[in-house]
Amino acid sequence: MSWITRTRQQLTGFLARRDTPDNLWTKCKNCGAMVYTKEWEDNASVCPRCDHHDRIGPKARFAQLFDGDYRVLPAAKVAEDPLKFKDQKKYTDRLKAARAATGEPEAMMVADGQIMGRRAIVGVQDFAFMGGSMGMGVGEAFLAGVDAALAASAPYIVFTAAGGARMQEGILSLMQMPRTTVGIQQLHDAGLPYIVVLTDPTTGGVTASYAMLGDVQIAEPNALIGFAGQRVIEQTIREKLPEGFQRAEYLLEHGMLDMVVHRRDLKDTLGRLIGLLMARRIAA
Amino acid sequence: MSQYLDFEKPIAQIAQRAADYRAAGDEAGARHAEGAARRLLAETYARLTPWQKTMVARHPQRPHFTDTVKALVADFMPLAGDRAYGEDEAIIGGIGTLRGQNIPVVVIGHEKGSDTASRVKHNFGMGRPEGYRKAARLVELAGRFNVPVITLADSAGAYPGVDGEARGQAEAIARATAAFLAAPVPIIAAITGEGMSGGAIGIAAADRVIMFEHAVYAVISPEGCASILWRTAEKGQNRAADAAEAMKVTAADCKALGVIDTIVPEPLGGAHRDPQAAIASLAMAIAAELQPLLAKSPQQLIRDRRAKYLAMGRTL
Ligand SMILES: [Zn+2]
Repeated sequence: MSWITRTRQQLTGFLARRDTPDNLWTKCKNCGAMVYTKEWEDNASVCPRCDHHDRIGPKARFAQLFDGDYRVLPAAKVAEDPLKFKDQKKYTDRLKAARAATGEPEAMMVADGQIMGRRAIVGVQDFAFMGGSMGMGVGEAFLAGVDAALAASAPYIVFTAAGGARMQEGILSLMQMPRTTVGIQQLHDAGLPYIVVLTDPTTGGVTASYAMLGDVQIAEPNALIGFAGQRVIEQTIREKLPEGFQRAEYLLEHGMLDMVVHRRDLKDTLGRLIGLLMARRIAA
Repeated sequence: MSQYLDFEKPIAQIAQRAADYRAAGDEAGARHAEGAARRLLAETYARLTPWQKTMVARHPQRPHFTDTVKALVADFMPLAGDRAYGEDEAIIGGIGTLRGQNIPVVVIGHEKGSDTASRVKHNFGMGRPEGYRKAARLVELAGRFNVPVITLADSAGAYPGVDGEARGQAEAIARATAAFLAAPVPIIAAITGEGMSGGAIGIAAADRVIMFEHAVYAVISPEGCASILWRTAEKGQNRAADAAEAMKVTAADCKALGVIDTIVPEPLGGAHRDPQAAIASLAMAIAAELQPLLAKSPQQLIRDRRAKYLAMGRTL
């Protein structure tokens, strides 16, 4: 360990203890490197040492993707806690905590803007908000994005990130699978591209619905993508999982993705794609 | 002879008493005890908890796909394979004539198996990608020939295995759901036992969703939910029962939430006590649901089905 690394680690330890909100350093969760937060963010929250793609929320994603200004769609109104669900905590308390922590109303935000001069509706799921879980709020946000795309005759790009369905909404969360699928079919009918970018992690019912139904399927490097959780699989088959199992590159190799794209190339890739797919579009 | 569930022990004891009376030649005593057992059975089943319903829904003697299809469909002809990789016997599909209606139907459903050999053969009703791809293929086939579709969902979930993941379990379920939502023919989905998670919805997006009185329908098994949300539970506590309660898994709950349309009555003491009566009840419900759908045009069916799912949950 070099002197500078050691000092950096001591420094962040010190800062963390003081709970400083504006950490000067960011520690890579993959390689452990300490990177200036400024440098980290300038690099789109990708580790400059090992290329680890850190999880980012909707606002950072919009800022990276859109040419300039963009408009965030108003959050859809849904029944709050329709089941009056309570486990060891009340669902309403979990929602409150997630809202306080992220400053966002739900686990998906949708915005309207331009990518390389072309209008696009972009939905981004936020893993930081209750694991990105899909309930009525996410379903309605997804469908609001569909409506916006239909109204603007623009492509719809969705960044997925979720542990799966929101159990606290019970069977209603499962119903978001067919509901979002109907939205995608409306885009098909209108001849509008629906592009999925799978980010780390995307699992469960989200993967088994709108995350796998893109006209084009893109993933960020090394993103965990699957239906069943790794712990559940290990318990079922009682053996160790193969190296790289359920990672983006594994899915690419198994024919589930069109491409794995580094974050720095995403904007360019998406801009070119929507240009090509929209060029000879026949409006419904 | 019925296998008694844990919560049915008091009923089993009275039934045993009746048998003892009869063996001793006391017919009047036996009749009296039988009456008491029946009354207790009725009382118990009138107020089953969500967890008890989960047990009933999983009862090994509950009618399964093979029993049901035999009674429902004359000349059932199974159709196999996904045309891509293999044949998954956890999800069976085929075509035949719906008894009493005299029209062809495509029937698709989970089969759990009824003894060790058949459970292994059918992988306990836990489908792999091939099963969902076959389901999508058969729905498309039904659409091409204007044949209504009936599905019977009864699965603990899609199979969580390395092979299934490698072959796109998630994509297969998503694609099957999409095929159901795009079909130009009537679809009736019946939740007959346990309808768990993506494994169920992959064959259950339908014009009309009906559910057996003691079936359960949930986004995740109560055990799975409990292990995630009640992580710090002390040993011995049945948190799955709490999870079943909290997730609102019963037919009455699903109806109140607008997720299912009709509750199908079961015989006294659950479908496993009289499978043929249960199947007859299901057949009547299917016939009643099918009639109005047959009058709709393909465009109307698709439009109404989509509108139904878009509206779901919006007025809660
Ligand atoms: Zn790194």
